Amino acid sequence: MELFRETKIDFLGKKWYFLTLTMVLFVVGMIALAIHHGPKMGIDFTGGAVVDVKFDQAAPISKIRQALDSSGMTQGVIQPVGGSGSDEVLISLPLSALNQRQLEQSRRNLLAALYKTGPAASGKLDLNNVSPSQLTNWLVQNDPNHWAAASNGQARYQALAATILSQYRDHHWGGLIPSFAALTQVPGVTPALVAAMRPAFFVGRFSIQSASIIGAEVGAQLRRQAVLAVLYALAGMLVYIAFRFEWIYGVAAVVAVFHDVLITLGMFALVQLPISLTVIAAFLTLVGYSMNDTIVVFDRVRENLKILRREKLSDLVNLSINQTLSRTVLTSGLTFLSVLSLLALGGPVLRGFSFCMTFGILVGTYSSIAVAAPMMVAYIEWRNRRQQRPARAVAGRASGEKLARSRG
Amino acid sequence: MQRNLRWKTLFIIVVVVACILGITGFPKGLSWRAIEQSTIARIHLGLDLQGGTHMILQVNVKDAVNAQTDAAMAQLQTALNKAGIPATVSKPGGKQHPQTILVQGVPEARGGDLSSIVQNDLGSDYQLNTLPGGNYQVVMQPLAVQAVESRALTQEIETIGNRINQLGVTEPTVQQHGLGADQILVQLPGISDPAHVKQVMQESGQLSIHLVKGGPFSSQAQALSQYDGVLPANTELVKGSNVEGQGSGEQWYLLDSTGVVNGTELRDAQPNLGSGGQMEVDFTLTQAAGQRFRAFTGANIGKQLAVLLNGRVAEAATIDAAIGSQGRITGNFTTRSAHDLALILRSGALPASFSYLEEETVGPSLGADSIHDGVVAAITGFLVVAFAMLIYYRGAGINAVLALVLNLIILMAYMAWVSATLTLPGIAGIILTIGMAVDANVLIFERIREELRHGKSVPAAVDIGFRQAFITILDTHVTTIVSAVILFLFGTAAIKGFAITLSVGLLANLFTAVFVSRVIFDYVLQRMPRGAKLSV
Repeated sequence: MELFRETKIDFLGKKWYFLTLTMVLFVVGMIALAIHHGPKMGIDFTGGAVVDVKFDQAAPISKIRQALDSSGMTQGVIQPVGGSGSDEVLISLPLSALNQRQLEQSRRNLLAALYKTGPAASGKLDLNNVSPSQLTNWLVQNDPNHWAAASNGQARYQALAATILSQYRDHHWGGLIPSFAALTQVPGVTPALVAAMRPAFFVGRFSIQSASIIGAEVGAQLRRQAVLAVLYALAGMLVYIAFRFEWIYGVAAVVAVFHDVLITLGMFALVQLPISLTVIAAFLTLVGYSMNDTIVVFDRVRENLKILRREKLSDLVNLSINQTLSRTVLTSGLTFLSVLSLLALGGPVLRGFSFCMTFGILVGTYSSIAVAAPMMVAYIEWRNRRQQRPARAVAGRASGEKLARSRG
Repeated sequence: MQRNLRWKTLFIIVVVVACILGITGFPKGLSWRAIEQSTIARIHLGLDLQGGTHMILQVNVKDAVNAQTDAAMAQLQTALNKAGIPATVSKPGGKQHPQTILVQGVPEARGGDLSSIVQNDLGSDYQLNTLPGGNYQVVMQPLAVQAVESRALTQEIETIGNRINQLGVTEPTVQQHGLGADQILVQLPGISDPAHVKQVMQESGQLSIHLVKGGPFSSQAQALSQYDGVLPANTELVKGSNVEGQGSGEQWYLLDSTGVVNGTELRDAQPNLGSGGQMEVDFTLTQAAGQRFRAFTGANIGKQLAVLLNGRVAEAATIDAAIGSQGRITGNFTTRSAHDLALILRSGALPASFSYLEEETVGPSLGADSIHDGVVAAITGFLVVAFAMLIYYRGAGINAVLALVLNLIILMAYMAWVSATLTLPGIAGIILTIGMAVDANVLIFERIREELRHGKSVPAAVDIGFRQAFITILDTHVTTIVSAVILFLFGTAAIKGFAITLSVGLLANLFTAVFVSRVIFDYVLQRMPRGAKLSV
């Protein structure tokens, strides 16, 4: 099967269309960024708290709202995971709503607010938020199975707590014990034990899936370090490409990558997805793909410069893009398909990541053809005109010969 | 050619077997379950995937400098008194700028004596400056400050690591973090309720034994009035904490400010059930400290001793006879708090206090969900890619899929072999690797097709295709590896995870897409009748 065969599309001739499209994308992105005052930063970078809570039914969003408001956490944002009607919500609090010195206290306050959403039995422990060590302690102290006399009593209770909580609650039931009655499904749990536990425990309607609290200082430091690392990496790539080709190739490739990153950032601002540490990883991946695409085209240009010495540079670049077109479409298409599956199936944790990749692969492919190549050609043609080469036919040769020689 | 090919094939088989063993380890049996278990034990999942707690601590390393200059200040005062120089020393900077000691009231004629005292008693870590107005300043040198701070951080990491290890957390990480030399990263896999760990971690654990000079007093004011508002030289007033059997009121003791023994001279500490059915903590001193303690207590029979824990008197008792290397702390301990205290004393004191900059807890079920979703997405993506390659390139597609599978096997084997941790950003690196692996194959196959179209013979087309595509593949891979190395050097922890899987994956790719794929092609060419068409 073959999709393309000896195509002869004049890509460089369409550079003004490309420039227009690029400007449109760029302006839309920048306007979105300007309106929202930069990309929306996740609490990884701004500092603050995010708690992921899973309920045993559709999350009671209005009740959570009320509970937060009445606890003085009016700045809290409640966001259902995977659309409305979901049983899982992310509750995020900006740093200003937190007592930075007492992160632990902030967390307890949030938990207390959550218990206002449903029936909470005062003085009882919530089996859905109790830790294995708390349950072990209770079992050892109350000794419902009369194991205390045995030398390994404590170890047996510890193992029982682990079976109930780790094996069943967290894995078998996906984080929530459905009811007291269901506990008898756990091997080793007798109806008598359940009866003994009833006065001391209750089965809450929700469980904390994850909780992060990040101070402002760490956030700023992470952001600085991530941006610096990416800039250094781009500089490193520029130097390597300049060494293998010519410096303008490196500059053009890096400009194309910048173009992709800025436009994708604009898209993040447009759809208001927060930038988290995982999204930064996706941006790094996007930089890699975009760079890869550009180098493939440049490499073909370098090869053709050696063979087709009489060709005009723009024709030669056009030919190179056409020769690599089927590879470009196939590779981008395949990677696009696989990140599309990530977007559809990868779950909420990976949503920002897969969005960045899906969009990024499209711009990344586009930019190597529509930004990097025309920029490189425009610069070399301008340079040659300035050097006032007499014969038009050899325009663009200067660099080509140098490159061909150096490659030996 | 044919022999060469056989050696190459053998080499590839050896690599594959070694890598598969790398992933599974040497399972105890050949059953599916044994292999699965041994694999799970070898692939380390990050906290975001397996659940656990991640914390970043900000260490107040200035505390250690402060302690150092406090000691220097006391030493200086003693030396000045001995030399008969009527001077007072103080630290005007407080805890914020603890490196400066102010010396006031030195007569002009004794300036030279002060200089030699500083030189002889404090050493080269300190520098003496003359201030306008006849005062002097003793400043700890910046290099010495740095050394004290970095030593404090190392010791802090060691102490916290000890405590966490003794609590029985499996495979904790405690290491320096960030660019400044004052942050610690703590990772506790599988701990989703870190309250107890945090409590044990944060206890400063400073223990020392002092001679009691007066008290107990019922309040600070009462103690001060006893001494006409001025405490005797080299003593301090310390509050008692829950000293048993003495009622609920406050208690204050006047103690010698330098201790007889301190926490670094402990050899062991163990919780024990005392004779009265109360939990207590017994400690053993090192031999040298034990001898000193015996001599000291022998000379001070009838006087009182106080055990100072974290700046509070935990225990005060009269010396009945010379005491050797054994000591005991009693109090209102529960089993757990006695265990915790013994653990804290064993692990030594924290040289500096710290605060929490960041705390992240991932519950085990969310981690399991992430793995499940990630694996489903990865397998779907892989199947889509493999299917498309098979349709598009037919025979050669098999080649590409084999190379891709081998690449993933090598990558996982590396992760298992060096015990690297797989995190979500690491999976992003693997996705980029897969993309570039597919790309390498596509580049080669497209080139071979192109050469075939230009009328080249099949072996020539394969040869040129590999040779030309290799240049491109090398360029794209080296560029990306260069950036991955830089990301690893400068990036945050998450970015490092990405950089590792990416660079290893790309190196594996150079092997699988270029070398292995070529061997398979050669194999096919060899068995192909002359003039037949290549399935690409």
